[in-house]
Amino acid sequence: MIHQPAIHVAAIRKTYGRTVAVNDVSFDVRPGEIFGLIGPNGAGKTTTMECVEGLRTPDRGAISVLGLDPKRDAYALQKRIGVQLQEAQLQKRIKVWEAVALWASLYQKPGSGDRLIEQLGLSDKRNAWFMSLSGGQKQRLFIALALINDPELVFLDELTTGLDPQARRAIWDLVRGIRRRGKTVLLTTHLMEEAERLCDRVAIIDHGRIVDVGTPAELVRRHCPEHTVVVATDDPAAAMRFRDIPQIDSVTSDGLRVTIRGRGDDLVTQVIQRLAEHRMRVIDFRTETPTLEDVFLRLTGHAIRE
Amino acid sequence: MLRGLWRLTWLEIKIFVREPLGVIGTVGVPVLVFVVLGRLLGPRVRAGAPDMPRFVSVDLPIFVSILIAASAVLSLVAIVAIYREGGILKRLRATPLRPLTILAAQVLVKLLSTAVTLALMMLAGRRYYPVDADVPIASFTLALLLSTLSIVSLGFLIASVVPTARFAQPIATLIVYPMIGLSGLFVPVEALPPTAQMIARALPFTSAVSLLRGIWHGEGWYRHAGDAAVLTVMFVIFMTLSSKVFRWE
Repeated sequence: MIHQPAIHVAAIRKTYGRTVAVNDVSFDVRPGEIFGLIGPNGAGKTTTMECVEGLRTPDRGAISVLGLDPKRDAYALQKRIGVQLQEAQLQKRIKVWEAVALWASLYQKPGSGDRLIEQLGLSDKRNAWFMSLSGGQKQRLFIALALINDPELVFLDELTTGLDPQARRAIWDLVRGIRRRGKTVLLTTHLMEEAERLCDRVAIIDHGRIVDVGTPAELVRRHCPEHTVVVATDDPAAAMRFRDIPQIDSVTSDGLRVTIRGRGDDLVTQVIQRLAEHRMRVIDFRTETPTLEDVFLRLTGHAIRE
Repeated sequence: MLRGLWRLTWLEIKIFVREPLGVIGTVGVPVLVFVVLGRLLGPRVRAGAPDMPRFVSVDLPIFVSILIAASAVLSLVAIVAIYREGGILKRLRATPLRPLTILAAQVLVKLLSTAVTLALMMLAGRRYYPVDADVPIASFTLALLLSTLSIVSLGFLIASVVPTARFAQPIATLIVYPMIGLSGLFVPVEALPPTAQMIARALPFTSAVSLLRGIWHGEGWYRHAGDAAVLTVMFVIFMTLSSKVFRWE
């Protein structure tokens, strides 16, 4: 079976004056997955996404979205995609239901606006003005607008920026719900935790270039294979007993606490085996697994938080 | 291609009405000024007092119409600038709404608020400024519609390019008021220096004043076909230019 990607981006470049915002960016998004463009603010995520949406024209390169050209086939494409823009606003005094009804009127076969309002937990805000909504409510409204035409492909740009952790988690559940309905999602985020929990695959972008693409787990294994186990035990010879574990990087001890670093996949198993073998009394046991944040730091040489 | 136009226009009207200050500024103040002026000057206008300036004694309806159109331009420029700065334009653009539909809805709202202001003014001012029975109201309304369209489309051109919401209104004021000064309302165009005359004739306000004045005083459309043509051409030029240079963000 020929597997056509939902989005195909080939070597696009976009400059503003002398600033190169996007430089030779290529990636494919498969149907039904949540694909994340991750990187710090100003890395070129939004520019890339807006090129794919057809809001901007890249200087070079080719883009195909659902088999269409986002610039040439803009109007055909708009019927099949849903868009949420970063830091978007609506008219201050537009009511929630009015915005949903306006959007619904723009498409030939809109979904039920009332049902969307309900699904996104906005029922008691139906008659509220846009300006009176909280950040999370505004974002939920924008998701509702992005979903009103029952799109095959949904774009979400910095969806949870500025939201409190609780609102953020609620939005993550909504996005997973979009995937469950068989839709494809392209999102951008500068939150590594969000990417790790939400995305099937991610592309790490820094200074307008893609540094690597893969599932979060793949990227961690590829770039940060080391694991750390910290054991607190009253066995004075503990440190010695871990030295013969294969692929070990270092064993250090600090009083009762022994820190074992290594890159083997079975480091944790090995440590537990040694603990059992020598009948060591374990007071505390902790493992540290690298995250996407560590991968980003290693690949780009700087932390993501600005 | 006009999918959504009526709904968007209706929504924009509702949103406009929900902003009390906007309504008072655009509709309330002109009506109030008219009533106050009418009370103060009305009796002298009717008595034909010789010291009254011409734009009050003869051209009051035209003067008022032009001022209302000018204030519509200013508020249009402000709204578009605010929409652009707030990302509202960009968000609307990422829908099947055609750019022209978004622009047309704004123009329609302004046209409507202009019409309402004028109607209220006529109702409120009837006592102080009796309108002759032989004034061709239907013709005048049509002339007013054409003039306002042309003037508001100039506003759209300004709105297309002003950089920020903060400067939108001052810039628009700087452009619009000198145009009114040259429009022939205060000083006849023929009395201006040759260069100023040339500039004046290229401005929609000048043709609007000439057309409105002529129609109000009972001259036929055939005598003002030139003005009507200029206003139409300006409308087309301004709208085409705006759609070319319009900045969405």
